Amino acid sequence: MKKVEKHLFPKNVKEAVELLAEYKGEARIVSGATDLMLWIRDGKVSPSVLVDVSDLPEMRFVSVSDGKMSIGSAMTHAEIAAHPDVKRIFPALSDGCRSVGSPQIRNIATLAGNIVSAQPAADSVVPMTALGAQCELAGPDGTYMRPLCELSKKVGESYVDPTKEIITRIEIKIPSGKYGTAFKRIAPREAMALPVVNAAVMLEAEDDGTIKAARIVASPVAVVPFRAKNAEAHLIGKKASPKLFAEAAEAAGAEASPRDSLVRGSGEYRKVLVKDLVEQALIQAASLFA
Amino acid sequence: MQELKCVVNGKNVAIMIDPSHSLADVIRYDLGLTGTKKGCEEGECGACTVLVNGLPVDSCIVPAMKANGKNILTIEGLEQNGELDPIQEAFMEAGAIQCGFCTPGVVLSAKALLMREENPTKEDIRDELSGHFCRCTGYLQFYDAVKLASEKIKSRKNKEKK
Repeated sequence: MKKVEKHLFPKNVKEAVELLAEYKGEARIVSGATDLMLWIRDGKVSPSVLVDVSDLPEMRFVSVSDGKMSIGSAMTHAEIAAHPDVKRIFPALSDGCRSVGSPQIRNIATLAGNIVSAQPAADSVVPMTALGAQCELAGPDGTYMRPLCELSKKVGESYVDPTKEIITRIEIKIPSGKYGTAFKRIAPREAMALPVVNAAVMLEAEDDGTIKAARIVASPVAVVPFRAKNAEAHLIGKKASPKLFAEAAEAAGAEASPRDSLVRGSGEYRKVLVKDLVEQALIQAASLFA
Repeated sequence: MQELKCVVNGKNVAIMIDPSHSLADVIRYDLGLTGTKKGCEEGECGACTVLVNGLPVDSCIVPAMKANGKNILTIEGLEQNGELDPIQEAFMEAGAIQCGFCTPGVVLSAKALLMREENPTKEDIRDELSGHFCRCTGYLQFYDAVKLASEKIKSRKNKEKK
């Protein structure tokens, strides 16, 4: 079996992209490595070179300016969970990041890794999808932006090719008016357990409380993070109220079709959980602008 | 083979290692520090926890070369001048050790917590130790041990001041 022969530390993103090109598919980007080490052991992937971007200063920051938050994609889940700006501006994201794995995983696993690993219920990707995050990618043809929601392909596979390109930055627009975000999750235990269902929402409202934009995401309900579009549509143009949120949650439960899973529970049970978690999340998000 | 340079338990280390190996394997087999245990080898049980630049990580799923240029603390690095760390004493006194297999990892997570927070709450302790499996103690003794360790560390500091 092929194994890792070199673990390289490029000085910047440019050098990292050049190394990937130089090794023509034999090299692979590594950041936290918490998933990658397991895949290598299981023989799912067999890179001979690892290009480590976890310490690149260009990918290690959180900044807030011009109405948007920019996050270096090598930030760890622990760092994002504890970051005061993230907590204040996008609590759904800090709460999601706090739910990943255990402290030992969160201390090293990165946001970009969570995106590229493409587990549909990834606890940081679900809130980032609800927040409408955009990702900056650097590859052989330069850098470009892609919406996060277009990067998930199927379970365990994203459209980002880690042998060619790197997610360098995540950008999230901060609404100028009233808004709120929330993340909810249910799992067999609080640590080291994959979610049975998780849900994240973002609501934007007029000054009088009329909902003008909504994103509702629930997982794992499909092979990629699932947008409850009927539920979202139901909210638009109406005044926030417990009744409205109950109706939207009902719609989200109805349009979600989680499958029966020996690990996560029956589809029927999880449909009810989607409804309940979406309702809780909507109420919590709305409480932030009420 | 690739050269790994890092600081392990306060000593500079420069050795040639196989870059496909995990940090846990290099610690155990290349450095001979077998206090770090391998349990599940998939980042679930926490037995292999070591501190990298003061932060607990599961060394079984960390590529060894990621330690390059970093400061590593393993259970062997806790004793000072032949004396146990107050956390180790507290674990013994609180009965927080039975078979001992999870202990080095749990003690290191407790160390990271107490370095950052002198007076951890029960919630802080729960969170910090949530990535550890212990099949003997029932976990409750861990709370007592960390609380006791926190008292010991404070009283030691006070003594030093006087």
